[in-house]
Amino acid sequence: MNNTVANTTRLLGAGLRAVLVLTLVCGVLYPLAVTGVAQALFHDKANGSEVEDGGRVVGSELIGQRYDLPLKKGQETPAPDLRWFQPRPSNGLGTNSVNTRYKLLLSGATNLAGDSGTMKDKNGRQVCDPRATEGLCAQVKAAKDAVVKDNSTARHKIRPADVPADAVTSSGSGLDPHISPAYADLQAYRVAERNRLDVEDVRKLVDDHTDGRVLGFMGEPRVNVLKLNIALKHLVAAEG
Amino acid sequence: MSPVLAGVLQLLALVVALGLAHRPLGDYMAGVYSSDKHLRVEKWIYKGIGADPGAAMRWPAYLRGVLAFSAASMLFLYLLQRLQGSLPGSLGFRSIDPDQAFNTAASFVANTNWQSYSGEQAMGHVVQTAGLAVQNFVSAAVGIAVAVALVRGFARSRTGDLGNFWADLVRGVVRILLPLSVVGALVLVACGVIQNFSGIHGVGQFLGGEQQWNGGAVASQEVIKELGTNGGGYFNANSAHPFENPNPLSNLFEIFLILVIPFALTRTFGTMVGSVRQGYAILATMGAIWLGFTALMMWTEFHHGGPAFDLAGGAMEGKETRFGIGGSSLFATSTTLTSTGAVNSFHSSYTGFGGGITMLGMQLGEIAPGGVGSGLYGMLIMAIIAVFIAGLMVGRTPEYLGKKIGTREIKLAACYILVTPALVLGFTGASMALDTPKDSLLNGGAHGFSEILYAFTSGANNNGSAFAGLAADTQWFNTTIGLAMLLGRFLPMVFVLALAGSLAGQQPVPKTAGTLRTEKPLFTGLLVGTITIITGLTYFPALALGPLAEGLAS
Repeated sequence: MNNTVANTTRLLGAGLRAVLVLTLVCGVLYPLAVTGVAQALFHDKANGSEVEDGGRVVGSELIGQRYDLPLKKGQETPAPDLRWFQPRPSNGLGTNSVNTRYKLLLSGATNLAGDSGTMKDKNGRQVCDPRATEGLCAQVKAAKDAVVKDNSTARHKIRPADVPADAVTSSGSGLDPHISPAYADLQAYRVAERNRLDVEDVRKLVDDHTDGRVLGFMGEPRVNVLKLNIALKHLVAAEG
Repeated sequence: MSPVLAGVLQLLALVVALGLAHRPLGDYMAGVYSSDKHLRVEKWIYKGIGADPGAAMRWPAYLRGVLAFSAASMLFLYLLQRLQGSLPGSLGFRSIDPDQAFNTAASFVANTNWQSYSGEQAMGHVVQTAGLAVQNFVSAAVGIAVAVALVRGFARSRTGDLGNFWADLVRGVVRILLPLSVVGALVLVACGVIQNFSGIHGVGQFLGGEQQWNGGAVASQEVIKELGTNGGGYFNANSAHPFENPNPLSNLFEIFLILVIPFALTRTFGTMVGSVRQGYAILATMGAIWLGFTALMMWTEFHHGGPAFDLAGGAMEGKETRFGIGGSSLFATSTTLTSTGAVNSFHSSYTGFGGGITMLGMQLGEIAPGGVGSGLYGMLIMAIIAVFIAGLMVGRTPEYLGKKIGTREIKLAACYILVTPALVLGFTGASMALDTPKDSLLNGGAHGFSEILYAFTSGANNNGSAFAGLAADTQWFNTTIGLAMLLGRFLPMVFVLALAGSLAGQQPVPKTAGTLRTEKPLFTGLLVGTITIITGLTYFPALALGPLAEGLAS
């Protein structure tokens, strides 16, 4: 019996020493070495791909941000500033609940199911309930109504069928820096009107800032909202 | 180019890349585990451990090594989290509560990486880098070691010697995982993944104000998270977070990292048992299932079946613009058919059938191609069952790779395949029967049931992905999922090592005209059939209540 206890203790000791030695190798030396090389070779990318405009850091090209008007009294959520291109919804973005001394960005998705907020139609199929106030159906419907209303101008009416899926759904991280070219094009009329620009000039701006698929087949075509808005700001300044 | 075509081309590019890596990596790994030489750095490590890497171990000794090392790992990781508040370099984050620290320690030691915390608001640099990332390396190396021990059981005869656990563990880390990780981490940084040790800092915004970010050694952790089929994200959004997975190229590269070792281990297996064609038969089985699942997933996601997706015009909820539906579907099946559980899009917001496919992928036992090591030994257990069924049909004593599959072997294999279903269905049933666990549900109805079924499927199979609508940071889920992860990882290992010991002790039987040719396509077909039937019979009733009910209603 004593022998068994002694053996177990010896074995656990070896296990613990193995953990400590391998922690030194994989948990200290390895990350420090990679950080050293990364900082030397890819300094900007290793530190978050920050974007500067006019000598000021205005964000990261990888992290989405909001383009909203200042919060008014009595408002819970700020209204979008329609002079600028708007990103995708980010309903899954959480608020930091653990370390409240920080205002950290808490990435995340809504995790809502495709059949939340539904009802049965007369054929017994599940369809979105137009009166639903909760669930994914309600979020998509509210987003779609807002996109149609915000983007319809006097001369250019948006139909619900024109709105692409990315405009009315939240991304996985809540920090998606991109929108689809279709959503950017849809916003071009409104952006042109609000900034007193020619629609064709704004559409050209979108074209210039559309990234195609990597090597022609990887991922999806996309527009970086931050870079597009920076270019828009310069265009407005140049025209004005 | 249509998104569907782009998705298919990405799949093809992945197949080509995996094909190119298969032989060199598989042969290299066979060499690593067969060599007599020790590198100088390995000798230092053995001296630090106080272990003799040349000592032969019988299966009980090998198992004791696995358990002692894993127990020590758990203790270390638990204490690291409990003491976080007093450690320097923790960004001021406080210590983790006991139930969550237990859950997280179990999760990372068991190669599961289920996360009931949000990385960016809970874990500082020290716990992430010196705790969680280290387990990403060593839990993967333990998995490969156990698989190699089983392969040795087939390859060796009339011996009890399965090799040396400490040597297998250290070689897996030093010669396989570390070199690949260094290269992979730099590729990821070049794509835009961050790698720094800055604290929480504000960054200016376009319209004024600032965002708060935390820095971190993300690339070095991201690469081993995929390569070791671990899956625990640095950030809450995991590989959907742009700092973990910034562009379509990094996305495809991460999927490649997930799959490369599990597929290449079939070559290692073939080489070590002296017949690469046996390895190809296993590879073909894994590949067929993986391709089938991926095709089905792309179909259902592009087809966007589901009321809210029909209204939106596409199943883009929880998916990132840069990956689109193709790149997301590819990641989702690869992460759930291995034991990875990293996500670049959120499975809870997949179509009803899509969510079911991710769940079924895990319920197969994660063997196509499965986790590093665990995929290979899981598939070899299935091969033993398939040989046994074939033997019953023709009335011959079954044999596989020249070893008789007798009563003892089939009992051990049967125990292996019963462990995880018992854990999944038992804990799911208990959670549904009790009152309070259901308070954690975000969605109702069939989808709500799926959230709980998914959680235990993911835990017991050591996947770690989630139908994240479930608020899993409760004492009930932290404890039960923690237990499911530990039992789902280490009980099967006991059976695998006992089986390896029993096989190694046998005298090989000569091949005759009546021997089942396990290197032929017919056997691959039989194996796929066996896997489908066993999984189907086990899980069909539960799946019918969850994802099937949701998928058929819309």
